Amino acid sequence: MKTFLKSLVAVLLVALPVAARAGTVTVKGSDTMVILGQRWAEEFMKKAPATKVQVTGGGSGTGLAALQNGTTDIAMSSREMKDAESKKLRARYNTTGEEIAVAKDGVTFYVNAGNPVTALTLEQLRGIYLGDITNWKEVGGPDAAIVVYSRENSSGTYVFVKDNVLDGEDYTSSAQTLPGTAAVVNAVAKEKHGIGYGGAAYAKGIKELNVKKGNEEIAPSADNIKTGKYPLSRNLYFYLRNKPASEVKAFIDFALSPEGQAVVTKVGYFPVK
Amino acid sequence: MQQGLTETMAVPMLSPAARRRQLREKVIAGFITLMAFTGIAALVLILVFVAKEALALFTEAEARHEASLSKMFLPQVARVGRPATFTWQPVSNVPKVSMIPLFIGTLKTTAVSMLVAVPVGVFGALYAAEFAPRRLRELLKPVIELLAGIPSVVLGFFALMVMATFLQDTFGLNTRLNAVVAGLGLALAIVPVIFTVAEDSLTAVPRSYREASLALGATPWETAWKVVLPAAAPGILAACVLGFGRAIGETMIILMASGNAAIVSANLGDSVRSLSATIAAEMGEVVVGSPHYSILFFIGVQLFIFTFVLNMLASAWTKKVIKRLTGSAS
Repeated sequence: MKTFLKSLVAVLLVALPVAARAGTVTVKGSDTMVILGQRWAEEFMKKAPATKVQVTGGGSGTGLAALQNGTTDIAMSSREMKDAESKKLRARYNTTGEEIAVAKDGVTFYVNAGNPVTALTLEQLRGIYLGDITNWKEVGGPDAAIVVYSRENSSGTYVFVKDNVLDGEDYTSSAQTLPGTAAVVNAVAKEKHGIGYGGAAYAKGIKELNVKKGNEEIAPSADNIKTGKYPLSRNLYFYLRNKPASEVKAFIDFALSPEGQAVVTKVGYFPVK
Repeated sequence: MQQGLTETMAVPMLSPAARRRQLREKVIAGFITLMAFTGIAALVLILVFVAKEALALFTEAEARHEASLSKMFLPQVARVGRPATFTWQPVSNVPKVSMIPLFIGTLKTTAVSMLVAVPVGVFGALYAAEFAPRRLRELLKPVIELLAGIPSVVLGFFALMVMATFLQDTFGLNTRLNAVVAGLGLALAIVPVIFTVAEDSLTAVPRSYREASLALGATPWETAWKVVLPAAAPGILAACVLGFGRAIGETMIILMASGNAAIVSANLGDSVRSLSATIAAEMGEVVVGSPHYSILFFIGVQLFIFTFVLNMLASAWTKKVIKRLTGSAS
């Protein structure tokens, strides 16, 4: 719930430019990565008390927009930078930006714990999110309307699902958008006929769907995501304007160190190394 | 102040104390004027800024192509082979920026909240002003005004976590988050606004009106309903307009409790997406200067125009009511 409120606050604060000060590293973006970023910041500041690391959420698009507007040092993103975004970056700062994969994550689809459906194919998920499938009985569930939950369009997960599940097509307009994965999980936990999606780290109190491929049901487990067998696994990124230097470099080096990657596992994502 | 100046010239011999007092008066008057003009200037500058950011929609070719007025207000084909619809989907390969679902969403939540908040606020005020014993009234007023002090994010959270499930279980609504939940949450925020202003205008009705009415043999209820309430009508109307303005612009409660799905439907049980919540939800993600960014500011301009026109109409109507009540005196 904490992240949910934080992301709400962040949504309101993004318009305010954060002035970069010496000794301060600002990190902004993906709500999926907020907790991870904060743990890294805490651990890092224990080792380097002179440096202040400020982590805020708001969504990957928010972070990347802040990077382009020059209001953050590091943008956290749960998706790759779009062409349009790197073009803007080049136009303003004459750089293409630095992309650093810092963790791995799988996007999981959730349903209410009382829903008998345990696995769906990517085509079925696509149909549900495009609005072509509107009743659970069409995919082997009870005769009830599907309540579709999605994320706000500033979310990296929104874009990831749009690109990898919907093939770039638009979500059904009856999809309810919620701010933050925690809000989606909470909604699905309370809505008997709901379906939502988000990072695996948040999946508590609801049922995670396996993805059906042929006759095989692939669970969003650690091994399947790390090896990339689970079809909806992704990298979590840090984006920078230029090659990292001084405090920013120290922070990123820490995040990629064995110690930093141990934090990744603790938070519930998967190490890149 | 003009008069003060001529007086100074006419009577040059003033005691030092009087002159100091006069100087102090002038400084205070100047300060008040400065404050008033600062307020006006701030308002004008905000409007200019918002309008300037929205202007790109009409001046830049890229923005005009992506978000022309016809695309905002006429149905568009969203997916090939499907009928034209009103769709709000600004983040898309082919951005779709229909304002219609947002208008409908805003009107639905506002209507629900006004339907609840106006009777509760006005009758609550009438009770507090006319019928409640002194002690109760002294308790009632601050308690309701305290409700105004609750941050809207808390009200939104309450609507999201508690009211949504309760209403769905009670009325069997299709979705947890919908116009009814958001509207009721919103009502919590505007009841104190309406109550306070209405109560003030009701207690401001001269005692003589009530005494005259009671002396003519009217019951307290008749006095309250047929004399005090009409006499306070302009103030009560102002209260409702204030509440309406808050309802149309309120963001956080709707963002949290409405489900934010841009659906065109008349069903109050469906999710809605409002104009203000759209600005809040999407402003974070847009790149400054993009067409999407300009559209969000354009929505801001529309909200401004709405409340402005509404206030104008209300004040015109209030004037008419006052005229009718006081005869041709004013």
